[in-house]
Amino acid sequence: MLAYLIRRLFAAVVMLVVIVMVVFGIFFLVPKWAGVDIATSFVGKQADPAAVEAVRQKLGLAEPIYVQVWEFFKGIFVGRTYAGGGDVTQCAAPCFGYSFRSEQAIWPVLTDRFPVTLSLALGAAVLWLLFGVAAGVLSALKRGTLWDRGAMLVALAGVSLPIYFTGLLSLAVFSYGLGWLDAEYVPFSDGIGTWFGGMILPWVTLAFLYAAMYARITRATMMEILGEDYIRTARAKGLREGVVIRKHAMRSTMTPLLTMLGMDLGALIGGAILTETTFSLPGLGQAVLNAIKNQDLPIILGVTLITSVAVLIANLVVDVLYAVIDPRVRLT
Amino acid sequence: MTAPLHEPTAEAAPSAAEEAAIATTGEKAVQGRSLGRIAWERLKRDKLALSGGVVVLVLIVVALLAPVITNLVGQDPEAYNESLIDPLFGTPKGAFGGISGEHLLGVEPVNGRDIFARIVYGAQISLLVGFLSALVAVVLGTFLGVLAGFFGGWVDAVVSRVMDGLLAFPQLLFIIALVSVMPNEMLGLSGTGVRLFVMILVIGFFGWPYIGRVVRGQTLSLREREYVEAARSLGAGRFYILFKELLPNLIAPIIVYTTMMIPTNILTEAALSFLGVGVKPPTASWGQMLSSAIDYYDSDPMYMVIPGVAIFVTVLAFNLFGDGVRDALDPKGSR
Repeated sequence: MLAYLIRRLFAAVVMLVVIVMVVFGIFFLVPKWAGVDIATSFVGKQADPAAVEAVRQKLGLAEPIYVQVWEFFKGIFVGRTYAGGGDVTQCAAPCFGYSFRSEQAIWPVLTDRFPVTLSLALGAAVLWLLFGVAAGVLSALKRGTLWDRGAMLVALAGVSLPIYFTGLLSLAVFSYGLGWLDAEYVPFSDGIGTWFGGMILPWVTLAFLYAAMYARITRATMMEILGEDYIRTARAKGLREGVVIRKHAMRSTMTPLLTMLGMDLGALIGGAILTETTFSLPGLGQAVLNAIKNQDLPIILGVTLITSVAVLIANLVVDVLYAVIDPRVRLT
Repeated sequence: MTAPLHEPTAEAAPSAAEEAAIATTGEKAVQGRSLGRIAWERLKRDKLALSGGVVVLVLIVVALLAPVITNLVGQDPEAYNESLIDPLFGTPKGAFGGISGEHLLGVEPVNGRDIFARIVYGAQISLLVGFLSALVAVVLGTFLGVLAGFFGGWVDAVVSRVMDGLLAFPQLLFIIALVSVMPNEMLGLSGTGVRLFVMILVIGFFGWPYIGRVVRGQTLSLREREYVEAARSLGAGRFYILFKELLPNLIAPIIVYTTMMIPTNILTEAALSFLGVGVKPPTASWGQMLSSAIDYYDSDPMYMVIPGVAIFVTVLAFNLFGDGVRDALDPKGSR
């Protein structure tokens, strides 16, 4: 178990280094290839060459790319001093650098916005796991009934609807039309009730898509497992149907669902970007989208790193949960 | 699955011996049916899947004939009709977003472009990106998946790690990043051409692990089969086994995953255009229409409903058809 965890953590660190290098590559090499200079875009369009050169020196953009990647990593753990080209700026650890546009430090931006995205993702995950899995299990048990057909039809529609369309529809109906829910984002500190009210539509919108996917998968998996020999054995030895379903069928159904959950966490970030844009939530997704439009590399690097860390940690948790749920799995 | 299923797409033709048997005995012998024939017969009975397939065909025709159709109704997707706009609110005059005999689906707020014409042209973008990026994913995924499954060892280790990594990646984030840093002109293309090209490549690149994983798994199990062993013992070379023994048996899962991937890709394209990093106006795209509809969801709801329904119907049709194809090609399913 310990050896497994150490190996996984090592793999996660390697993955992070790869991600940072890929992002650096995307934003440093591609513009260079396209003939765009980052220092110039940092200073502005009508910059004089001296100012551009000063920025290049200060941000270390003239250094080879591996030096830049190294400096970036070092900054996160021990802080960083921008000393090139005269004036000195001290950036304390964890230093993710400064925004090219607003010249704000990145770390506070990340810590401000991370809770919004996390609460959106977690709330949606709770909803979709509850409703998606329940609907799938019920459908499998009542196979062929009106409930099964109805649920699967809704689920099929759910996987075919883009988040931003369901989001806009729900805004038009529940917020503008019926006036039941506010569409405004209210920070958690302004009162739990109002915050909760503002998050209901985003949660439901994001959860609907995944609940539909999980309902379909759960139904298919459950039906396959109900046909297995060990289910027949369990019934044959006189167990009550409820025990057969809960103790034998459900437990094996959970394993493939967990695999999916681990893989979907990365995709969830994408869903969060779309949901945040639709509902104007001030989360990481919105920040990174604005940053990408402005080619604001430090913010993009920061957001990509922090979301990747979140995804990697969540994946690790999922893998450990495996062993807890399915006794056949041994972590070695 | 017991016997290897040879050439699943080929039509079953009763062999000469069988025909002779039928002719001499006068009875109908049990006919051998190819997987393709079985699948088609199952698909024909699946009404939902067929209707999905019909909608897909109609959409393809609409996309191909977009200029003809818009000419027929006499509308240009990029022409402004400001006279149809309420100057005070910027929304179309008349009920339901200005729907009329002339403008079948109404006009856009502010500039009054014809929505019907833009939806028709938007189908081109959606289907083009959906199909071609799936093609990129299939080519890459099949090649690398077979490579990993057939050769094993370190090749398998590297390809599998890359696939795991890509699948756990925050994909949309990287797709957005890649699409947005691409220059506006390259390889003799400019504007919309470059954006389409980049989107197809990038969406396809992030899609290959889904196919690669399945192909690798299938290849791993197929290469240990007796018939491959038999071919090997007869002295067949690696490439003969790869192309003649393995690939034909991989076609069914590849077809299934491709049909399932196209709707996802259409949704990704729409999402990119929605986020403003995909196709840029005046070129029409459904996602980008939805994104401009955000500001009018209360004053002109039709503007949001129409492109939304277009995406929904398209993706639903592909999903229905894909589900049908999967069930039809599933060897475990009942005949």
